[in-house]
Amino acid sequence: MARIDLDNVRHAYGPSPQSDEDYALRRVNHTFDDGGAYALLGPSGCGKTSLLNIISGLVSPSEGRVLVNGEDVTGLPTEKRNIAQVFQFPVVYDSMTVRENLAFPLRNRRVKSAEIRERVNQVLEIVGLTALADRRARGLTADEKQKISLGRGLVRPDVSAILFDEPLTVVDPQMKWQLRASLREVHRRSRATMIYVTHDQTEALTFADKVVVMHAGEIVQVGTPAELFAQPKHTFVGYFIGSPGMNVMPVTLDGVSARIGGHAVAPAAAPQAAATSKLELGVRPEFVKLSASGIPAQIIRVEDAGRYRVAHLTMAGHPVAAMLREGEDVPADPHVSFDPAGVHLYADSWRVDVAGQAAAGKVAQ
Amino acid sequence: MKPVNQRAWFLVAPVLLLVAFTAIIPLMTVVNYSVQYVGMNTQFHWVGDLWFREVLASEKFWNALWRNLVFSGIILMIQIPLGVLIALNMPRKGWGVPVCLVVMALPLLIPWYVVGMIWQMFGRVDIGLFGVMLRDFGYNYENDPIDAWFTLVLMDTWHWTSLVALLAYAGLVSIPDAYYQAARIDGASRWQVFRHIQLPKMARVLTIAVLLRFMDSFMIFTEPFAVIAGGDPVFLSTELKQTVELGQKAAMSLIYFLIILLMSWVFYTVMTRDDGEPRQRGGAS
Repeated sequence: MARIDLDNVRHAYGPSPQSDEDYALRRVNHTFDDGGAYALLGPSGCGKTSLLNIISGLVSPSEGRVLVNGEDVTGLPTEKRNIAQVFQFPVVYDSMTVRENLAFPLRNRRVKSAEIRERVNQVLEIVGLTALADRRARGLTADEKQKISLGRGLVRPDVSAILFDEPLTVVDPQMKWQLRASLREVHRRSRATMIYVTHDQTEALTFADKVVVMHAGEIVQVGTPAELFAQPKHTFVGYFIGSPGMNVMPVTLDGVSARIGGHAVAPAAAPQAAATSKLELGVRPEFVKLSASGIPAQIIRVEDAGRYRVAHLTMAGHPVAAMLREGEDVPADPHVSFDPAGVHLYADSWRVDVAGQAAAGKVAQ
Repeated sequence: MKPVNQRAWFLVAPVLLLVAFTAIIPLMTVVNYSVQYVGMNTQFHWVGDLWFREVLASEKFWNALWRNLVFSGIILMIQIPLGVLIALNMPRKGWGVPVCLVVMALPLLIPWYVVGMIWQMFGRVDIGLFGVMLRDFGYNYENDPIDAWFTLVLMDTWHWTSLVALLAYAGLVSIPDAYYQAARIDGASRWQVFRHIQLPKMARVLTIAVLLRFMDSFMIFTEPFAVIAGGDPVFLSTELKQTVELGQKAAMSLIYFLIILLMSWVFYTVMTRDDGEPRQRGGAS
């Protein structure tokens, strides 16, 4: 159980990084609080796994420090750090039984055998492998093997943190929910700091109290699932979280309002948006209304997602998605309007406060 | 239930035909010789199991068989651990990889007879570098069977350890990084990594290595023939060469063949048994 601080951590896999593009992790400053359940969310290649491996010591960062409970562990090798990690693909010791696999990390740390037996039995229960405990790991299926890997991550009682690197990739969907619920349960009982890497927003949002969204080697936003939805700080967050993602379109400011192709769509931005920056307007499909008045648009297609439908339109040359409520019809001559509560303005992809929303913006900081 | 369609056998026919001409018919010819006495004017006389009884009663045969077994045993005991050790220490990336692979593969490219000739000259006590160096210790492979034996083991090790090393290396590089990372997380020692990760992952290729090295060393002929030209030690193959009677040769060939078949089967069965659990067939990848 521990707090983990990342202090100006940068990492490049190449030998002599020149520009920001050479860094897999550009610059990360973040604190994982003691006992928190975090999800690291981002697309493939955004640096999630690198960050995880830096925390566990499998990779040492090019720059910066990693602190566990305030103590600098940057120079310590993995086995000296008290951290457990579960990998994307199953890693089992073929020559051992399931039980021996789970006992292995404890045995290497000279835990008493009575305690090992008790811990292993608990973990067998958690991951649902009790029936297979004395089978050899070699003959098992991929998801059974992954449960062993998961179990080896959970078996050490005194770890500072448990890191999960997309641990449920090979597990079938039904089992996924079950195991994720087990992990939540383990977290609730043990209060160990858990960091869960995933590229699946559902997985992140259901597992974590706090979601850390990463994009191109940087942390772009940290927040609760609700915050990420309501106040995306970066266009990437808006686009990546939510289904479908946020509509993002370029706008111009004329001092009074933001305009898209001659149509005023929102009140003017606060003055901190520099005139030279690239301005964009973001609005989630949930806040796009179709009615008889507003900006004229053309329907391209309507998608039926079961509980709701999504209308895809073009408006002044830009694609826009709008969520249709149940029973809501698509007007014959649709016009688009945006609910001001859900309109965000972005300068160079970062959110700026729009007049009248300043208070709401503060909450997300 | 569908009716059984026997016409499927036609699909096997081409293979059967091919195998018949490449293996079955030649083998049956040998079987035929082994129960005949070939007299003057190539007249064949049925003699039953006479040749087999004669071979099995021959002390020279048993001596040669024993020598073959000891030789293969020594070869396996040296080359398998040595090959694994070399593979463990080969570089995994960078310019060292191609250099290592090419250097390791070189001995494998040299024909058996040439290897024999190289060592025959290399070991000579009058002009061979190796022989001259060891001359003062009483080394002389032409007179001393022990020295000849030693030279053959050394030569075979030089020639074939690379094969074991390359196979083991192939097994090692196929292990995903995650295994080593997990071992570090679990606090495993270097020996445990070898015992629980590297060795099990190499088991398949090592089975192949053991089988190949056993069969090749058990069939050794060209090298002793080139180096000691029919002198001591006498192996089954060289003994076979010196046998005159066609029928006896055939009987001995068959016994030799059956021993190799039996030993290979035993090796394979022992090394691939899966601790009493049902094994997946054909999963030799």
